[in-house]
Amino acid sequence: MNNYKWLVTTLYILFLMLPIYWLLNMSFKTTNEILGTFSLWPQDFTFDNYKKILTDPTWYNGYINSITYVVINTVISVTVALPAAYAFSRYRFLGDKHLFFWLFTNRMAPPAVFALPFFQLYSAMGLFDTHIAVALAHCLFNIPLAVWILEGFMSSVPKELDETAYLDGYSFWRFFLKIFVPTIAAGIGVAAFFCFMYSWVELLLAKTLTSVAAKPIAATMTRTASTAGYELGLLAAAGTLTIIPGAFVIYFVRNYIAKGFALGRV
Amino acid sequence: MNKTPNPKAWLFVIPVVVLVAFNALIPLMTVVNYSVQETFGDNVFFWEGMKWFEEVLRSERFHESFLRQIAFTGMILVIEIPLGIAIALAMPRKGPWVSVCLVLMALPLLIPWNVVGAMWNIFALPDIGLLGRMINGLGIDYNFTQQPVSAWSTTVLMDVWHWTSLVVLLSYAGLSAIPDAYYQAAKIDGANAWAVFRFIQLPKMKRVLTIAILLRFMDSFMIYTEPFVLTGGGPGNTTTFLSIDLVKIALGQFDLGPAAAMSLIYFLIVLLVSWIFYTLMMRGEEN
Amino acid sequence: MAKITLDRIKHSYLAKPDDPDDWALKEVDEVWEDGTAYALLGPSGCGKTTLLNIISGLITPTHGRVLFNNDDVTNTPTTERHIAQVFQFPVVYDTMTVQENLAFPLRNRGVDKDKIKTRVHEIAKMLDLSEMLSRRASGLTADGKQKISLARGLVRDDVNVIMFDEPLTVIDPHLKWLLRSKLKELHQSVGVTMIYVTHDQTEALTFADRVVVLHEGTVVQIGTPVELFEEPQHTFVGHFIGSPGMNFLPCDIIDGVASFAGNTIETATQQLPEVRPESLEVGVRPEFIHFDQKGFPVKIDKVDDLGRYQLVQTQHQGHSIKIVLNEGEEIPSENPCIVFDPKYTRLYADGWVIN
Repeated sequence: MNNYKWLVTTLYILFLMLPIYWLLNMSFKTTNEILGTFSLWPQDFTFDNYKKILTDPTWYNGYINSITYVVINTVISVTVALPAAYAFSRYRFLGDKHLFFWLFTNRMAPPAVFALPFFQLYSAMGLFDTHIAVALAHCLFNIPLAVWILEGFMSSVPKELDETAYLDGYSFWRFFLKIFVPTIAAGIGVAAFFCFMYSWVELLLAKTLTSVAAKPIAATMTRTASTAGYELGLLAAAGTLTIIPGAFVIYFVRNYIAKGFALGRV
Repeated sequence: MNKTPNPKAWLFVIPVVVLVAFNALIPLMTVVNYSVQETFGDNVFFWEGMKWFEEVLRSERFHESFLRQIAFTGMILVIEIPLGIAIALAMPRKGPWVSVCLVLMALPLLIPWNVVGAMWNIFALPDIGLLGRMINGLGIDYNFTQQPVSAWSTTVLMDVWHWTSLVVLLSYAGLSAIPDAYYQAAKIDGANAWAVFRFIQLPKMKRVLTIAILLRFMDSFMIYTEPFVLTGGGPGNTTTFLSIDLVKIALGQFDLGPAAAMSLIYFLIVLLVSWIFYTLMMRGEEN
Repeated sequence: MAKITLDRIKHSYLAKPDDPDDWALKEVDEVWEDGTAYALLGPSGCGKTTLLNIISGLITPTHGRVLFNNDDVTNTPTTERHIAQVFQFPVVYDTMTVQENLAFPLRNRGVDKDKIKTRVHEIAKMLDLSEMLSRRASGLTADGKQKISLARGLVRDDVNVIMFDEPLTVIDPHLKWLLRSKLKELHQSVGVTMIYVTHDQTEALTFADRVVVLHEGTVVQIGTPVELFEEPQHTFVGHFIGSPGMNFLPCDIIDGVASFAGNTIETATQQLPEVRPESLEVGVRPEFIHFDQKGFPVKIDKVDDLGRYQLVQTQHQGHSIKIVLNEGEEIPSENPCIVFDPKYTRLYADGWVIN
C-alpha cells in the first residue's frame, strides 16, 4: 500500500517536471539544433541564449519591469488589505457582508472583460505604460484575495489578545503594528505569496497596459516569438528564467502555502 | 467569533473599497456604456438599447464558444478534482519529503501563463517536442496544430498540468487538519480504506474542496493566455474559449458594442454560477 | 472480555535508546484481571498514553509481549484486537446520524440488519441516547458526542476491553460527574474490562476498581483507592494522591529504631535496614497525625478551616509538617505536640517503601 502511494506521488511529480525539463533542455540548445535534430540532451551545449538575455536591455529590462510592478502590487495589496481584513474579522458594520461578497465578485471578473476599459482608463489618466498602472490594475483581483486570506488568519487569533493589549494601555495603532501584525506574520507571508504569484503570472492586463517602458518579461517573449523569427532557444531560456523567482518564493513559504487557503473563509 | 458593532470600521475598509472600486466600477461602467451604443468612430455614439445583447445571445458564434467553454470547464473539473484528491491522499504526511513534494508541486502555479503556453507548445510539437514525439512514436497520429481532437486534449492536459497542484495543496491542507484520533477510531470501528475516505476524509475536506472547485471553476472559465499561446484558438475555432473570442471581437475587430455586451453576459454567468454553487454548498453545510 | 497480560513491556520512541531517560515506558510486567475497571493515573509524560496505545495496538512495544487471554496479540493490528476506545476529543462521524454512528462498527463487520437495529436501540437506551437517534451527530454537545464514541464500543459484543483516554477533558464541569457516574454504572452492568487514562486523581479514584500509578515510565503502584491512600508504595504515590499530599521527613536509624530529628518514630515497617540507606525518609499522611502530649513539640504556622476538615501547617526544627484534623477537633494552644499513627507510618529509601 505504501509503495503504491509513493509511486502515485512520484509519477505526478515526474509529469509536472517533464515539460520543465524539456524547456531547460531547449534553452541550452542552439536554434539550429532545436530545429535540426531531436535529442533528449543538448548535443551542442550552449549558454548563448542566457548570455543574450542577461546582456540585452530589451530582454533584461523585461525582468526588471515585471519584478517592479509585482513588488509594488504586493506591497499595496497587503498594506490596504490588513486594516480591512481586521475590520471584517473583528467588527460588524453597515453592509459588511455585502461588501465582503462584492469584493469577491471582482475576483470572478474575467480579465478579458476589463482589458479594453482598463486601457482607456489608464491612458486617460496618463498612466499608460507605467509600472504603477499594472500594479494598480492587478489590485482588482489581488486585494480581494489578500483580504480573504488575512481575514481567515485574523479570525483564528482570539479577540482576548486585542482586549488585553487595550487594558495594558496600548493605543490602537501601536497594538496593531507592534502586537497584532507580528502575531499574524505567517498570514501576511501567505497573502504576499499569493499576491506575488497572481501578479507574476498574469499577462493579459499587464500586456494591455504597457508598450515599451514597463513591458513585462512575459510580453517581451511573445514579441520574440513573432518578430524575431522563431528563436526557440531564446524563448526557452527566457521562460526558464521566469520560473526562478517563483521557485525562490515558494521555497520560503513552503510550510504555509497549504495553510493559507485552508484558513480563509469562503 | 462574536463581533463588535462599530460603524467606524468603515474607515479601515475605505482604502480597499476605493482601490477596487476604481478598478472595477469605472471599467464596468465603460463596458455598460459601450454595450448599449453604436459607434462609427470619432467618438460619436448612438443609443442602441438592448440590440447588442440580443445579437450576442442569438449569435451562433457566442453559443459555440459558450458550449466549448462549458465543455472545457466541465472536463477539467472532472479530471482535476478527483486527481488532486487522490494525489493529496497519496502524499506523505510527515518527514522531509513533504516539503520537497509541496515545493515541486507548487512550481507550475508560479510560471507566467504565457510561459506555460509556450512551454507546452514546444513540449507538444510533433516534430521537436518530447510529448509530440512520444505520442507519435506510439503509433498515434498527433498534431495539435492541425487536429481538433489533439488540440483539445493538449489544452486539457496543459490545464491539468498547470492547476491540479492547487487542488492537491488545498486537499492536503484539509487532510492535515484531521486529528489522528479519527483514524484510530476508524481502525477500532473496523472501517476499511473506502469508509475512512467516505466518512472521515471527504467530510473534513468539504470546505477546502468548495474553495478548490470554486477557484477552478472561476479561473478555468476565464482562461485566456495559456490556450491563446498554445493553439491561438485553433485549429479553426476549435479551442476558441469565451475569453479568446471576446478579445478577438473587442481588440481584433474593434466591435466595441457586441464585445461589451458579451463581456457583461460573460461576467454575469460567472457570477451566477459561482453564487449558485456557493449557496448550494452552504445549504448542505447547515443541514 | 479478556484478561490482559503485559509481559515485560518496554517502549522507546527513539530508534536506539541507550540512556534510561530514552525509555517512555521502563518495564511493565503486570496481569490485569478480566472485568475489572483500571485507571492509569499520572502526570503528563509519565507514559500512560504510551501504555494505552500499546494495549490498543497503535504502538508496537520495543520489548515484551501483550497477551489477551493468553493469546499473544503483540503484533495483531488494532482492528483485530476487538477493543473500543473513547478519545480525549470526541470523535463522531459528522455526516451520519446518531443511529448510523452507532451502527457503523457493526455494519463494517457485516452484522445483519435486524441484529444491528436491536443492538443499537438497546445501547442507545442504556446511554440515554434514544431521543436523539435520528439527529445529525455533528450537532450534539461534547458530552453527547463522547457518549456516541462510547456507544460505538458498547454495541459490539466482541469487545475485549474499553479504553478511555482522558475522556472528560472537553466536558463542562457540571456534566463531568454525571458522565463519570454513568461510566461507573455501566461498568457494573456490562462487566467488561475498562482502562481509563487520566491525570486527575478524583476521576481515577471514583471510577476504578484498581488504580495504576505511573511515574516517569514506571508503574509505581497498582492498588485499590484505599491501598493507595493507606499504603503508598512510593513517595510519588504519597505526593500525587491525597490532598494535601503525604509528609516526607528525613530520617535516621539510631540503635535499630527510626528517628526524625532526634525523636524516635514508631513505624509499620517491620525490618529496618542495618545501616542508613541513601535518602531514607519517613512518610505519613496528614490524616494520620494527631496532637498528643506524648509526642514531639511543633510550632503551628497556620490553620485553614476547609469546612469538613481543618488543615494545620506546623513545623519542627525547620521541617514543615501538615496535619489534617476533622471538623471541630481541638488544636492545643500551648505546647502542641504531635504523634504519628504507627500503623500508617512507613520508611522509604530512594523513593520506595521498605518492607
